[in-house]
Amino acid sequence: MTRKSALFLSGILILFLLHHDLWLWWSPRLVLGLPVGLTYHIAYCFAAAGLMAWMVFNKWPNDLTGPSDPVDD
Amino acid sequence: MTLLIIAGYLLIVLAIGLTGHRLFRGTSEDYFVASRTIGPFVLLMSLFGTHMTAFSLLGASGEAYRRGIGVFALMASSSALVAPLVFLFIGTRVWSVGKRLGHLTQIEFFRHRWNSKLLGNLLAVVLVGLLVPYLLIGVKGGGITLHQITGESVPEWAGSLVMCLVVMIYVIFGGVRSTAWANTFQTMVFMILGGLACAMIVRQIGGLSVAMSRVLAERPDLLIRGESIRPLELLTYALIPLSVGMFPHVFMHWLTARSAGTFRFPIVAYPVCVAIVWVPSVLLGVLGALEFPGLVGGATNSVLVRLIHSHAPGFMAGLLAAGVLAAVMSSLDSQTLSISTLLTRELQRWLPKGSSLRQAVQSNNVLVGRAFVAVVLTGTFLLSIGANRSLFRLGIWSFSGFAALFPLIVAALYWRRSTSQGAVACVLTTAILWSYLFMKAWKTPGYTIGDTGIMPVAILVVASSVALIVGSLLSRPPDEERTLQYFPRSGNLFSSDESSA
Repeated sequence: MTRKSALFLSGILILFLLHHDLWLWWSPRLVLGLPVGLTYHIAYCFAAAGLMAWMVFNKWPNDLTGPSDPVDD
Repeated sequence: MTLLIIAGYLLIVLAIGLTGHRLFRGTSEDYFVASRTIGPFVLLMSLFGTHMTAFSLLGASGEAYRRGIGVFALMASSSALVAPLVFLFIGTRVWSVGKRLGHLTQIEFFRHRWNSKLLGNLLAVVLVGLLVPYLLIGVKGGGITLHQITGESVPEWAGSLVMCLVVMIYVIFGGVRSTAWANTFQTMVFMILGGLACAMIVRQIGGLSVAMSRVLAERPDLLIRGESIRPLELLTYALIPLSVGMFPHVFMHWLTARSAGTFRFPIVAYPVCVAIVWVPSVLLGVLGALEFPGLVGGATNSVLVRLIHSHAPGFMAGLLAAGVLAAVMSSLDSQTLSISTLLTRELQRWLPKGSSLRQAVQSNNVLVGRAFVAVVLTGTFLLSIGANRSLFRLGIWSFSGFAALFPLIVAALYWRRSTSQGAVACVLTTAILWSYLFMKAWKTPGYTIGDTGIMPVAILVVASSVALIVGSLLSRPPDEERTLQYFPRSGNLFSSDESSA
């Protein structure tokens, strides 16, 4: 596994853990005009998009084509 | 005014759908997978529009009305991470194998992967069985919403009928290309209109900070997860978006991509699209709880319609109706076409070899596919008339069933030792356990295992995975030559011999 692959997998794991924001569970305060639990998860969506962007531009698989074989069932 | 906007919207959708027909090449590959020529933007809009149903507009606001802003974390942001990963790890590989081996349906993929007719037939029954309630929810929900938005001047059945007819016309004529183009337009419509409706209503209330301060003062429970969502529920609910990997309609759209690189844009943009659609819906649900307190049961799903009537009637109600139609039809068309493709391709296998009927079906694939489109939509419409509103509880169960089958596609693409026996065990375990849990709990809204917060999907995914692994290890290893056709020659996504493309 390459360093980039390890970084990407770590990014997925970190994002998965960050999805469970127990520390904001009971907080109703407003941040940027929205409840903090909602603001956090909107930011989370953008973080996910950022991770995907890094992945597709840095570690895109180049082995997605191969020999042609007919379906033979 | 509302009816005029709805009529205008439907005419535009029809025109776009029928334009796709002008590019039709007359082959079954063109009808069912658009000759694999769909580009990045249309692929994103097709996948997103197909995945997001009317639930994202109406159901999400209804859930937020009941449970507050936590609904976004529960149902939306988990999809923002899981769905693009499924596209990346599964979608690109499915596209690659499908293109090389000429697969047109999910069933062809799995049957050939494990060389098992039993698996193909079993899976066809289970997938169609899980998709039918999903179809019904769209048709019934769209009819109910039109009925409400138009001040009950359009009967529920008439709204459902109009949607089915419009979808039937453009899917029959243009196949998946028309479906993708119509989806692109419709997805943009419901993304824009959701935001527009939210902006107008919040402005009427006095602006975002005034509106939120009011919620904070009167219903602070809606601004937190608190007791309404349990941590275990949030954790296990994240398995539901795995269903995207086994939806026949998503599978179909994957196969239409022009190249593997076509997936890049959808993978990156998907999480942002999720936020664009879900944030307005959730916010409006929360605001609706202040304006219309005391709604219970299915009535909570009408909170968005009530807000529109109260703050932006007439023109805006028409636009919202168009948005709901867009959300319903952009799923209905793909689901119908994927079932029709599946039935068309399976029918020729079920008919006796050498029979004239089998030859007729083989040489008239497109015609038979079109006939199935008409049959599926007519059947769905007729069933929707008789169905009652408890039907909407089936939604989460349908998603859970598809998610439970997810280990199958993972094993097909990433586990060489997996066997047909393991795959059959996985499907049978899903079917049996799903039926048991469904019969036990479908009448209980918000059911979790032993009231712990653990969603049934968690048990289903674990059980189907165990069945797949045990069934595979207890059976003889599969034919290596066939298996290798499903694995890249140069390792996998994380092998060291890759470079960035």
